[in-house]
Amino acid sequence: MQPTGSAAEYWKANLRLLTICLIVWFVVSYGFGIILVEPLNAIMIGGYPLGFWFAQQGSIYTFVALIFFYAWKMGKLDRQFGVHED
Amino acid sequence: MELSTLTYMVVGATFALYIGIAIWARAGTTGEFYVAGKGIHPVANGMATAADWMSAASFISMAGLIAFMGYDASVYLMGWTGGYVLLAMLLAPYLRKFGKFTVPEFIGDRYYSQAARIVAVICLIVASITYVIGQMKGIGVAFSRFLETSYEVGLFSGMTIVFIYAVLGGMKGITYTQIAQYVVLIFAYTVPAIFISLQITGNPIPQLGLGGSVEGGTHLLATLDTVLVDLGFNEYTDMKGTSLNVALLTLSLMIGTAGLPHVIVRFFTVPKVADARKSAGWALVFIAILYTTAPAVGAMSFFNLINTVQPGPIAEADGALKYEDRPEWFKSWEKTGLLKHDDKNGDERIQYRASKEENELTVDRDIMVMANPEIAKLPNWVIALVVAGGLAAALSTAAGLLMAISSAVSHDLVKGVFNPGISEKSELLTARISMAGAIAVAGWFGLHPPGFAAQVVALAFGLAASSIFPALMMGIFYKRMNNAGAIAGMLTGLTATLVYIFWFKGWFFIPGTEMAANTADNWFMGIQPESFGAVGALINFVVAMVVSKVTAPPPEHIQHLVEDIRVPKGAGAATGH
Repeated sequence: MQPTGSAAEYWKANLRLLTICLIVWFVVSYGFGIILVEPLNAIMIGGYPLGFWFAQQGSIYTFVALIFFYAWKMGKLDRQFGVHED
Repeated sequence: MELSTLTYMVVGATFALYIGIAIWARAGTTGEFYVAGKGIHPVANGMATAADWMSAASFISMAGLIAFMGYDASVYLMGWTGGYVLLAMLLAPYLRKFGKFTVPEFIGDRYYSQAARIVAVICLIVASITYVIGQMKGIGVAFSRFLETSYEVGLFSGMTIVFIYAVLGGMKGITYTQIAQYVVLIFAYTVPAIFISLQITGNPIPQLGLGGSVEGGTHLLATLDTVLVDLGFNEYTDMKGTSLNVALLTLSLMIGTAGLPHVIVRFFTVPKVADARKSAGWALVFIAILYTTAPAVGAMSFFNLINTVQPGPIAEADGALKYEDRPEWFKSWEKTGLLKHDDKNGDERIQYRASKEENELTVDRDIMVMANPEIAKLPNWVIALVVAGGLAAALSTAAGLLMAISSAVSHDLVKGVFNPGISEKSELLTARISMAGAIAVAGWFGLHPPGFAAQVVALAFGLAASSIFPALMMGIFYKRMNNAGAIAGMLTGLTATLVYIFWFKGWFFIPGTEMAANTADNWFMGIQPESFGAVGALINFVVAMVVSKVTAPPPEHIQHLVEDIRVPKGAGAATGH
């Protein structure tokens, strides 16, 4: 891919991606795992109350997926803006 | 074979392995000593980070904590994993790009201030020393309980092993040893978990077993909820604390995790910026294997314990277990004093209840993981493996912390402040001497554990959260942040957090010096001291912003430095001194 844009645009794109990822990070842990835990516990997934599942299992799986998603997207951004390492 | 003979063999074999790795991975340069030559593969670094991060507390205590706290222990699960998201996105890649050896070094360069660097060194040393004491104690206790040596002999054996591979190999030796230690500890943790999950729920995967059904077809978690309510406790899956404290404690642990220097410095060892991002993901994968198993181990061992002492209906007097019928493992843990029966009503039965007047059973939370294989009637080699796993967890974390302390002393204080002209060879020697010194100090504290050892979690995470994390984050994301702002922010955040913790727990944790009883009525807005790190961080951010607005902007070359660390390109070139 040909390099496009400037360092400032690269940084803006990074911040946009970061914001999205951190919103998901917040929603699964603080949202589903803490604030909404009681209403979500009314829903059962197998033997798991859903809110409890998010607090002790689901949020952790989401964190792992988020980091790899971020690393993959950033790798694409690095190449798109021509700031990747050799 | 005798359990102690087997344990000696398994632990001896793992120790021989660690020493073999140490001899193979000697460090020849300061680069190898501090950051393993920046040549560690991201997956390997992820594994080493996981072993570095998961301490004796994660291995031995966490499942027990979950067992007795139920839902409320979720703060530790989310807090100690969610921090890696922050690390991967907000700190690790940029600090790797910066390309030097220590965390205080970044703070000192970014804020063009020796004072800032020294504040960071002090935070680092206090947080790491308090943390390492717990590991040393864990090593001594594991030895004395399972290898039938004295506590002191156990402690010295552990110190000798760490000494050999940390002084010889520095970060390089520690990294490769940690990879081996991760394999030992995760195997030791998951094998008993799989067996216990099979026995209770018929599902070999503990993460699914926790959502599975027990004999008779009811769900495990629903059964625990009902039984606990009948015994007078709250439901297992219910929130017992307030939402505010649960959320703030989770946040404090997350930003504390991201701000702990011995974790951050692990991401200096990978070859590229892109590797630092990926490596954080791998670290969390390896951590998540244990952290998603722990809730199952906690719930299932608790279920086993309750079923053992309460074989019949709770409402009937003969539903509780007769003391003389107690199983063998019960007797062997009674000898250690960690499991106690006090026959209050004189009926020679064991009543486990919520109310203090009726309850006759005291269980130390730490035995849940260690007693698990015995309760589940697993063979002796599994018990020996669990001991080796606990030791691996304690040794790997101790080594990582000692590394952070010794490089702060030799690189930030000796080279950075007192003797900038020091040669590469002398610095390497200084690094080895300060490593030996750090081990001696940690060992001394292990022999004379201060009364506050149990309080260290709040302190170490509070310090990292309120001082180091905000300084690093603003250094990367806010170009306008200057030296005055950063120092003012670090000092106020740190002071506010320390004062709040000491206010309720005693000055320097000395009993009797607390200013107010540590109860919810006295807490500021109902915030418990352990949760205050997040508030300290907020104070740090606000003060730093305000002070930097009214003082001169940072010089041009610093603004260029910030622009430079924001892009990955040229990471190799930025390395070096």
